[in-house]
Amino acid sequence: MKTVTSNTDFLLAIENLTVSFDGFKAVNDLNLYVDENEIHVIIGPNGAGKTTVLDLICGRTRATDGSIKFHNRELTEMREHEIVREGVGRKFQNPSIYEDLSVFENLEISFPRGRSVFGALAFKRDAEVIDRVHEIADMVFLKELLDTQAAFLSHGQKQWLEIGMLLIQDPELLMLDEPVAGMSVSERKQTAKLLNEITKGRSVMVVEHDMKFVEDIAHRVTVLHQGKILSEGSMAKVQADPKVIDVYLGH
Amino acid sequence: MINLKSFMARQDILALLILAAVIFVAMPLSMDIFRLNLFGKYLTYAFVAIGLVLCWGKGGILSLGQGVFFGLGGYCMAMYLKLESSTPEATAIQSTPGIPDFMDWNQITALPWFWEPFNSLTFTLIAIFVVPALFAFIIGAAMFKRRVGGVYFAIITQAIAAILTILIIGQQGYTGGVNGITDLRTLKGWDIRSDEAKYILYYVNGALLIGVLILCQFVLQSKLGRLLVALRDKEDRVRFSGYDVANFKIFVFCFAAVLSAIGGAMFTLQVGFMSPSFVGIVPSIEMVIFCAVGGRLSIFGAVYGTLLVNWAKTTFSETFPELWLFGLGALFIAVVLVFPNGLSGLYRSYLAPHVDRWIFRKPPEEPSTGPEPLGTPAYDPEAVTRPAE
Repeated sequence: MKTVTSNTDFLLAIENLTVSFDGFKAVNDLNLYVDENEIHVIIGPNGAGKTTVLDLICGRTRATDGSIKFHNRELTEMREHEIVREGVGRKFQNPSIYEDLSVFENLEISFPRGRSVFGALAFKRDAEVIDRVHEIADMVFLKELLDTQAAFLSHGQKQWLEIGMLLIQDPELLMLDEPVAGMSVSERKQTAKLLNEITKGRSVMVVEHDMKFVEDIAHRVTVLHQGKILSEGSMAKVQADPKVIDVYLGH
Repeated sequence: MINLKSFMARQDILALLILAAVIFVAMPLSMDIFRLNLFGKYLTYAFVAIGLVLCWGKGGILSLGQGVFFGLGGYCMAMYLKLESSTPEATAIQSTPGIPDFMDWNQITALPWFWEPFNSLTFTLIAIFVVPALFAFIIGAAMFKRRVGGVYFAIITQAIAAILTILIIGQQGYTGGVNGITDLRTLKGWDIRSDEAKYILYYVNGALLIGVLILCQFVLQSKLGRLLVALRDKEDRVRFSGYDVANFKIFVFCFAAVLSAIGGAMFTLQVGFMSPSFVGIVPSIEMVIFCAVGGRLSIFGAVYGTLLVNWAKTTFSETFPELWLFGLGALFIAVVLVFPNGLSGLYRSYLAPHVDRWIFRKPPEEPSTGPEPLGTPAYDPEAVTRPAE
């Protein structure tokens, strides 16, 4: 039984979302809203349900109850690729790229055209595609490496490549799961700069543990704990919340 | 005229020309018609191996049931040929003249309904493509839409191969049973058993194989080819890039099935019979070995792999019939352990750099920064003496 919900002005409106795995509620009656052009960061201890929330939005996990509306269109009924075509992009925790293909080909596959079987057969690498791939490669610091096989990129470069693969789809909502995990300090700074740049004209949801990085990018922070919202608001507000300090940040 | 250069690199065109020279010139000149016919039979298996390169090598979908599609193509052709040779005059001694002899032996008195359309050659030729494609589509849709993949898919295809064999053997009156459909003589009145016909069929088979190779090269060079590789590597990433992954898997599985069926139909024409021994588990696995020995990433490698294994099979089983299966097993183990990319992998590591340098005047590629994916290059004595370019 799905809850009937009203339309909202938010880009993404999650209402009464619940998912239970054999009785264990990984996400429990969650309400969460994402504005347009907002960088919304979800933090929380391990097992709080952060990644599950992203999985639910992109259709990888099916909700037990509740609704996820994107532009007031219900996502919980759609299949994964349909959700992507609605304008939701998802980056996985471990860099998920095609190791046997070149950086160029990785980006090209993500270019939103020729997504059907026969569309892919007829797909032509025309000037539009080439220009767009170069533009995105430039943004994600991989301009010089377009012909390199993706397997030979460093860990940080793989993360950037995956972000680039999402950017080329031009999604309105970009979901990033721990984008700076395993990155060096300088790579983190570059990534923060990149995220601030790409948020123009789109919203970004980030799951992250690195508090310094969260401070650099977040417009709004949601703290999850045991599948429920513990606290929500600006970084300063959340950091001062005694409940958050108790279960997550520590004294 | 299709512009080959738009989707074939010079190396691929060279590989195609060499193979065409082997098939059309070298083999017919060096072999008598008996051996050439045998060679033509091997080439029909190459269709299956090429299909496996796309499906398994590129797309990561291991099918252990390609014999099913080889058999479907072969049986479609055989049913037509059998009906043609079962005229009332030729079968006058039967209790029911005008039906295939094995039906008469099984006390069947009328042609079964599903045999009727095979009186038409046009229908038969269409059926050779449509029947396996439809069957593969049903299997593919049932499996891939439910996200069944990997080992489970391989086991299910294996089971289908077993089921179809049992069905064919069990329904002797309708299918010819374990003997298969034999004693095929003419195609539209043209005697396919004469030496001249065998030569013509051999060339038709060779031309079809070259055509199929060009078609596969086109598919592999399209974005669909790169998507297959992407799918093998990170299926979820493809799905979350807006692709309906199942459709691509169904397509490549159907494509491979149709290629196998073409091979099967050509087999029937050249060998003159079709039987369940080309449908079941053992032939299906042998076909995977042909592909693995040739190198599952290269369509040309698959052709040479098929030829090599079958040549070895014929040679060894003529001399030491009891040892052949051990030889085949050893070969498969050797491929997995020693040269996982098969013949084409060996070629790419040891020979391709020389070919590129001497034929295409292309400087050897810069050593890559990471581990060499296709094995280490051989020591190159010419590199020392070669004048600087």
